[in-house]
Amino acid sequence: MGLSSASTGINLLQEELKIEKATPEDRIIALGGNPNVGKSTVFNGLTGLNQHTGNWPGKTVTNAYGVYRYKESNFILVDIPGTYSLMANSVEEEVARDFICFGEPHTTVIVVDATCLERNLNLVLQTLEITSNVILCVNLMDEANRDMIVTTLINLSERISKEVVTINNKAYNDFDRKIDDYLTSKKFGIPIMILLLMVIFWITISGANIPSELLAKGFSYMEGKLTLFFQWIKAPPWLHNVLVLGIYRTLSWVVSVMLPPMAIFFPLFTLLEDLGYLPRVAFNLDNFFKKSHACGKQALTMCMGFGCNAAGVIGCRIIDSSRERLIAIITNNFVPCNGRFPILIAVISMFFVGFFKGPFQSIFLALILTAVIILGILMTLLVSKFLSRTILKGLPSSFTLELPPYRKPQVGKIIIRSILDRTLFVLGRAVVVAIPAGLIIWIMANLYIGESSLLTYTANFLNPLAKLIGLDGHILLAFILGFPANEIVIPILLMSYMATGSLVELDNLVELKAILIANGWTWVTALSVMLFSLMHWPCATTCLTIRKETQSLKWTIISFLVPTVAGFTACFIVVNLIRIIGLI
Amino acid sequence: MEDKYIPLSSLSIGEKARVIKLTSDGLMRRRLLDLGLIKNTVVEALHKSPFGDPVAYLIRGAVIALRSEVASMILIEKLHVEGE
Repeated sequence: MGLSSASTGINLLQEELKIEKATPEDRIIALGGNPNVGKSTVFNGLTGLNQHTGNWPGKTVTNAYGVYRYKESNFILVDIPGTYSLMANSVEEEVARDFICFGEPHTTVIVVDATCLERNLNLVLQTLEITSNVILCVNLMDEANRDMIVTTLINLSERISKEVVTINNKAYNDFDRKIDDYLTSKKFGIPIMILLLMVIFWITISGANIPSELLAKGFSYMEGKLTLFFQWIKAPPWLHNVLVLGIYRTLSWVVSVMLPPMAIFFPLFTLLEDLGYLPRVAFNLDNFFKKSHACGKQALTMCMGFGCNAAGVIGCRIIDSSRERLIAIITNNFVPCNGRFPILIAVISMFFVGFFKGPFQSIFLALILTAVIILGILMTLLVSKFLSRTILKGLPSSFTLELPPYRKPQVGKIIIRSILDRTLFVLGRAVVVAIPAGLIIWIMANLYIGESSLLTYTANFLNPLAKLIGLDGHILLAFILGFPANEIVIPILLMSYMATGSLVELDNLVELKAILIANGWTWVTALSVMLFSLMHWPCATTCLTIRKETQSLKWTIISFLVPTVAGFTACFIVVNLIRIIGLI
Repeated sequence: MEDKYIPLSSLSIGEKARVIKLTSDGLMRRRLLDLGLIKNTVVEALHKSPFGDPVAYLIRGAVIALRSEVASMILIEKLHVEGE
């Protein structure tokens, strides 16, 4: 399942499939088949919906549907999850079976891959066992084999006496074999993976610099105009403060810092997904997950977490064993989602790459960011192992993973889909959350309890605890208030610092760093902030998603506590080690 | 050479074999049958992952990665390449 507005955020909390017929005569058609047979291509071809599909098994874990018209009738096409069987071994299979059995489709179309027809027919047989109206749709591979396959098909279709439709698809060939020889080899498999990750970060960071600066300048210019406007209408100063210095500045931070990197990172990542590289990542990393008594497909859900942890949690449905699924859900938060990347990138560029100049700066930045991600993956493995030894005891279950043939990425489509579905959606969510957060901070900064504002009061209250782990009360408060969305942690922190001190124009990271240093930041604070942003509670959307996916308050609370405790522990150990060694 | 029934996990990369029987039962057996691993199915070991396990096999046109525990439940008979 790809990351899209339908698969992230609040929409995923209401995915119960409700099919609305325009007229009672509308026909409902279920579309099923093995994973990676080109089901979604058929779906998109018929409905024109252009639903984005990733090239890895299990991307459709819920039923999607689209409508098309043919000869004056409406057809409602329901895309059910790709499965090998209908025996309800996993959630996907249950969803698929339930729809064919109880969704009362008029017809069920099963798409099969001509290159592994025999295996595919198993599902056809199982479908025929539970419903009588079945259409067989065969995906053909290439011209050379077409004749032979058509002959076989005719025989088959006679035997099964069902309709056969043909479309085009690609089989695993020598080309795929050669690429896999490199991408999964002992020598190059893991290094190529890390290098790819680094290159993506490097392109993202260096490409985002200039547009980010331009956006910040533009927003700053607009701020001047807004201030003039407020003076012109003789608005009271507090109104200008809350609307312009509070809300507007938070918004401009969120947009100028987040938009450019996302607009680069998402298409690049979608490109890898589209090529079919992600199953190779799962293949390369499976051995680690096996040693942690977890499922290799957890690597896939981890990758989805890069975009959005809530989407990653839903993606865990592709894991059959409920024990391993819980492990994947609880540990998903150890990979930083897109809301947390800006925190990491900003902190690294301000505190850790200063002694490098020019292009080396962004290369070094990408290197450190990659190291942080690898730390997150190591924590995922470590915590998975810990869970397998304690509250989720058990042996690794058997798993099978399909490595689909590589496919030519549809570049234009990738750019459009990843910008529309992912970037704008994630940004939109951040903006929606940033407005009330800006308001709350402003109120907290201006509501007084005795001598100090509510903000200072709360920050001071949190300070002793925060100091233990190398942060300060304001930082911890920013993370707490950032519970609705991680994107707003830094803006909240800035507003919190500025509300107690002087207000500063924020055009670039140099000025931001000056504010932070004025508030007592050292490189140890920066390190703790990075560790804590990598490891703390999941955001509100993710928590709600976990509650829904596990159907259990207990596991939701555990999923909240595990990364939080890990973060506190890691920060505490690191900060105190540094103190003991005497680096500060 | 006399062919013995060996587990799929001991097949070397590039070698082909014919499935003789599955020694697993229950859910795992069902899974393997779903993949098309029935008697006489030809499988080929394609790639080892960087740490040697799992291994990717070509099974009925699809490439499927199996962990060694699973592959050891599939008994096979090696197919010899001509000229050997």
